[in-house]
Amino acid sequence: MSENQAARATSRWASRWTSHRTTGLGGLLLQRLFQAGLVAWMVGTLTFVLTRSLPGDMAYRIAAGRYGHDMVNTTAAEAVRAELALDQPALGAYFGWLWDLIQLDLGRSLVSGEPVVAELWHQLGHSLGLAALAVLLSLLLGPPLGLLAGLKPNGMLDRVSEVAASVLRALPPFAVGLILILIFSVTLGWLPAAGHGRSAHGVLPALTLALALAAISSRVARNAMADVSQSAYYAFSRTKGLGERLSFLRHGLRNAAVPVVAYLGVQFVYLIEGVVVVETLFAWPGIGHALVHAIVARDVPMIQGTALVMGLMFVALHTVVDLLCYWLDPRRRSA
Amino acid sequence: MTPCLRPLLFGLVLLPLAAQADRPLAVVAPWEITGLDPSTSGYVFARMRVAETLIDTDAAGQPAPGLASGWQVSDDGLTWRFTLREGVTFHDDSPLTAQAAALSLEHALAKPGILDSAPIVAIEAEDADVVVHLDSPFAPLPALLAHSTTLILAVDAFDDEGRATQMIGTGPYRVASVAPPQRLTVERFDGYWGETPAIGSASYLAVGRGETRALMAESGDADVVFTLDPASRARLARHDRLALHAEPLPRTIVFKLNAEHPFLEDERARQALSLAVDRVGIAAGLLRHPEAAAAELFPASLGPWHLGLAADEAQDVERARELLTQLGWEANGRGMLERDGQPFQLTLRTFSDRPELPLVATALQDQWREIGVALEVAVGNASEIPSGHRDGSLELGLMARNYGLVPDPLGTLLDDFGTDPETMGGDWGAMGWRDADVAAWLDTLRQEADMDARAELAEQVARRLNEAMPVVPVAWYQQTAAVNAELEGFSIDPLERSYRIDELRWGE
Repeated sequence: MSENQAARATSRWASRWTSHRTTGLGGLLLQRLFQAGLVAWMVGTLTFVLTRSLPGDMAYRIAAGRYGHDMVNTTAAEAVRAELALDQPALGAYFGWLWDLIQLDLGRSLVSGEPVVAELWHQLGHSLGLAALAVLLSLLLGPPLGLLAGLKPNGMLDRVSEVAASVLRALPPFAVGLILILIFSVTLGWLPAAGHGRSAHGVLPALTLALALAAISSRVARNAMADVSQSAYYAFSRTKGLGERLSFLRHGLRNAAVPVVAYLGVQFVYLIEGVVVVETLFAWPGIGHALVHAIVARDVPMIQGTALVMGLMFVALHTVVDLLCYWLDPRRRSA
Repeated sequence: MTPCLRPLLFGLVLLPLAAQADRPLAVVAPWEITGLDPSTSGYVFARMRVAETLIDTDAAGQPAPGLASGWQVSDDGLTWRFTLREGVTFHDDSPLTAQAAALSLEHALAKPGILDSAPIVAIEAEDADVVVHLDSPFAPLPALLAHSTTLILAVDAFDDEGRATQMIGTGPYRVASVAPPQRLTVERFDGYWGETPAIGSASYLAVGRGETRALMAESGDADVVFTLDPASRARLARHDRLALHAEPLPRTIVFKLNAEHPFLEDERARQALSLAVDRVGIAAGLLRHPEAAAAELFPASLGPWHLGLAADEAQDVERARELLTQLGWEANGRGMLERDGQPFQLTLRTFSDRPELPLVATALQDQWREIGVALEVAVGNASEIPSGHRDGSLELGLMARNYGLVPDPLGTLLDDFGTDPETMGGDWGAMGWRDADVAAWLDTLRQEADMDARAELAEQVARRLNEAMPVVPVAWYQQTAAVNAELEGFSIDPLERSYRIDELRWGE
């Protein structure tokens, strides 16, 4: 399936998905709240089972995470085992976690000993900032380009942007990030290569994510616009004498926006997967970076906390997307 | 010109100079800050010169006065008395007292760390002295007290459970901000007892990816970048704005062998595997430092432990084949060795925290195929070597062992080989290997104070280890750094105890 067809199919699926599921605003929010609870329980249980069933001795893994590989030895591992009661049955630890979760207590990191909530707070702020900037940049880049291309399907702009989108989507974020550092930091010296602390540090990692997001959203917008611009109502708006600009603003933009916004929800999957790679490359202290380290060190409360927050964030963002579509599409409000 | 304008203009002329002196220093290295406790991240705070230890090291890597201005040991070798330097204050302006120092050491002793190796019974404060009581003589004790898990912090740095919740040290720099796991900033501490450093403030950033670190050096985002991957090194060397430094470390890439494994229990089998290794090829081709090839465990910086063997003479593939034939191994139709229908097949565990290790592992795989040994490489977590050692499942483990973790390799060797001839070996050392002589020599070294006798014993141990090969050396580590060419006074500490940022200054 070509990128074009895929995007068209998804945009159709996205508009269908958002149109038949909900009965009013209250129902929508209630449904999402239920989903959030289910996600919290499932994510926590799954991460618990998976980390416990991974090969290797947990005590040694945690000791290596804490003391570094120069200092990890059996003495350190046994001290960790005793401190964390790792020799106790797993089922007890699981119910202990569940009970804590009900009381909204995520526990302490096995590696640093700090409360998981405090660590997540630090990292989540960095990741959310990065993700928000990435989405913003992608919205500035992708949809406008797609709408322009969609107004004249198979025109020059449409073909060029299709090639660019395919290339950007095919390149892994790691490679895109390296290329951006080479251009903007090493060659031009405009932006810092990596690190954090100043706002300029966020630009390159956000742009790395934004380019791949924009690659897709420009195609979704292009297909939606192409559908709209070839529709009878759009032709009618021109026939009745509206200019190109007015037709677009009154009859084009809003209709084309629904699939673009709905598709944003699907793109969050990519965003969450992208931050893991991009944060490590740019030394950005976010939640993706934390998740990788927590998995390596078998820091179970940290993995559970991170996965939980990511899962809940996913549900929350979908809710926002649904609300936006609800507002954009009057047919759903009257249904 | 009006009189009041003149000083103003004069000041403006001086401004760039002042700005140069205040210019912050950005240090980038791969190691993350796990927390504030010396047991987990002490090395970051020691290297950034925030906190100090009782014992320092001199230029030759030998123990030297640090926060302790001197030390004596009792005749029976069981009581060590460390006299504290006078006029030292912590960053919270509290004075360095024997109570504070003893408390820090007690907290260090209660947690996993270097002090586990010493037979310590009690640590006490007596007047201006810290007194350490042992239950058996232990000559390398001062060396252990130079390790970053024994940093001396103020009393208020610890909570009730003995965990450090603030980093209050005595170093020339104090913590300005710390954001684990990646960032730390420090500023000059004016009450420092020693020489005042030239650079006013510095930052530390942990950057895990080698490519990113190299690019940060290239773009000027970092002034000092540690641990460069071989591929980036060549590129950075061409930059005018950067100076490249390299220094051999007493860290050796070695593989340990399970001497109880039926294929490896004979010393000749271990020697054959060692003879088949092309160390010069690995050092030149993979590590890009031909001089890193190691035919022995201890580099020249470890003095009497170093034997001076030539790396290119350590390879002899013909001799390796001969030894294996003596042991009854025969090549099958595909050129692989077999004995009693069993193929010569082994699994080597290693880890990727040190990026070179998986590369070296695949080189070994290739070189051993030449003599008919099939090697499977399993890249996992560092902790799988000690845990495999304990449960007996380890066959071969490739690692980078730091014999200069403290200024005297003896502490590490006692852990790796041991002094009890019945239960020799250690998580990162020998496995299933016993040698009563080595055990006895190491035991004597624990107690012997005479330098000449120590040197002789050290050489004996090194020579025997090199013959019996419970652990086989492959290459020595090189610490590398790319440094902003405007910085003066840069040097690499071969013991990795310090980044020596207090010795740096910005050039004119």
